[in-house]
Amino acid sequence: MTAALSIRDLQKTYDNGFQALKGISFDVQPGDFFALLGPNGAGKSTTIGILCSLVRKTGGSVSIFGIDIDRDFPKAKQMLGVVPQEFNFSQFEKVFDIVCTQGGFYGMPRELAEERTEKYLRKLGLWDKRDTQARMLSGGMKRRLMIARALIHEPRLLILDEPTAGVDIELRRSMWEFLQEINERGTTIILTTHYLEEAESLCRNIAIIDKGDIVENTSIKSLIKTLSKEVFILDTRESLSDAPDFGEFEGRLVDEHSLEVTVEKGQSLSDLFAHLTAQNISVTSMRNRANRLEELFVSLLAEVKQGKEGEPS
Amino acid sequence: MNPAAIWTSFSTIFRREVRRFTRIWPQTLVPPVITMSLYFVIFGSLIGRRIGDMGGYSYMEFVVPGLIMMAVITNSYANVVSSFYSAKFQRSVEELLVSPTPNWVVMAGYVLGGVARGLIVGFVVTIIAMLFTSLSVQHIGITILIVFLTSVLFALAGFINAIFANSFDDISIIPTFVLTPLTYLGGVFYSIDLLSPFFQGLSKLNPILYMVNAFRYGVLGVSDINVVWAFAGVIAFIALLAGWGLHLMRHGKRLRH
Repeated sequence: MTAALSIRDLQKTYDNGFQALKGISFDVQPGDFFALLGPNGAGKSTTIGILCSLVRKTGGSVSIFGIDIDRDFPKAKQMLGVVPQEFNFSQFEKVFDIVCTQGGFYGMPRELAEERTEKYLRKLGLWDKRDTQARMLSGGMKRRLMIARALIHEPRLLILDEPTAGVDIELRRSMWEFLQEINERGTTIILTTHYLEEAESLCRNIAIIDKGDIVENTSIKSLIKTLSKEVFILDTRESLSDAPDFGEFEGRLVDEHSLEVTVEKGQSLSDLFAHLTAQNISVTSMRNRANRLEELFVSLLAEVKQGKEGEPS
Repeated sequence: MNPAAIWTSFSTIFRREVRRFTRIWPQTLVPPVITMSLYFVIFGSLIGRRIGDMGGYSYMEFVVPGLIMMAVITNSYANVVSSFYSAKFQRSVEELLVSPTPNWVVMAGYVLGGVARGLIVGFVVTIIAMLFTSLSVQHIGITILIVFLTSVLFALAGFINAIFANSFDDISIIPTFVLTPLTYLGGVFYSIDLLSPFFQGLSKLNPILYMVNAFRYGVLGVSDINVVWAFAGVIAFIALLAGWGLHLMRHGKRLRH
């Protein structure tokens, strides 16, 4: 099957000599919901910039649904929609015009562009704002506007560069639902985000990029499985004055109604519950202390940093 | 992109440009009309009466074609340089750059948008000029062609200025320090016959002199220069600037990293 996106040995060195990408390679399969993660300055936006032609690569190759961008970039662009990190529309144009005009840039007849504009503005809750100048919109509305604009030509591959940055929780959730819906309909999605909870909830596969190199490229499930331990917060019905006996587990009392317990790989949660029940402590709810992916992400980057520091110079 | 899609893309850019300058008409269409009206009143009507004839015509008749051309030149240039630079500044130019629209269509859309503003302002200024003097066009074809080509030329120059510009200061340097002096010294207000041979020779290095005189020839039938040279020069400059603009677009000069 032809990959939705195939990147091979992609390199970018800026004019000032900074090497933003050191030869990264990865594939994204059609229909995937793919996370591209990395700290600030890792090379995510450079990669996206190359895919949409705003950044010129200095080496390697990129194919979008089998179309090499060096051979037929305009055709590849027809399959690609990009939602950038920063607002990049005219602040003085009306919402409807911004979206509809973008359809024109893709060669869509005016009637079709108007029809699609209405469709996506309605879906993203912006139809009531269609005659409002973009500068009058809230931050969340501006982000939704950019999503509507990126979808106007109904691309097969949609790339979103931190689409939920600065968006409130309720809106973020509704955007997640919308993205899941279009992914289920067959649009391949690549997402960069700093909210690892977002990547864990939405994405199936992941690539982690750091200092221009891919440090991990696997499925989210396999990555989560590599966690050697997880830390849980348990809420108890009983009020506790001292930490109970945790047996083989490591734990501590957080406050009179919550405990923090570390569960190592191979240990069973049932054993923990049984141990607490034996001490007349009943657990009413439990949750991870931090996002699991976040813990992995931090540890992976720390490993990479350690590895690099250990390298002979 | 197929020809139909290219046409759609071009007309979208053009329509957006026209929508932009008509939306802000108090900034784009009214000021040049007021300025030119003042020129008509002061230079043409008040001072012009004391100047007497020039090139066989009253000073008002002589100065009107030059002022119309000046309005066309400055507005064609100003429209493209400010619109394209604003798109760069707000990053909305990325909407076009990420799309499959070919570079030449982007350039053509912006340039024709500038031409539209230049010609609309030129037309309104002509109507106002007719309140001060009677205009009978001697060579309609030459008049229309030279005004259109001049407008294209300066819209292209504005486009290139916008590509190089890194700040709003950069888009006013060329109009202030190059375009305005060349226009004022380009035979808008006087015939170069009034100058010494040395300054006549120097004036003939000014491309705007040729455009103003070709237009004056179209309207009045008199010119300081051979109009064939004017057309040849304008077409050559258009080819040169169009080639340069496309080269800059292809290499992403200050547009792509």
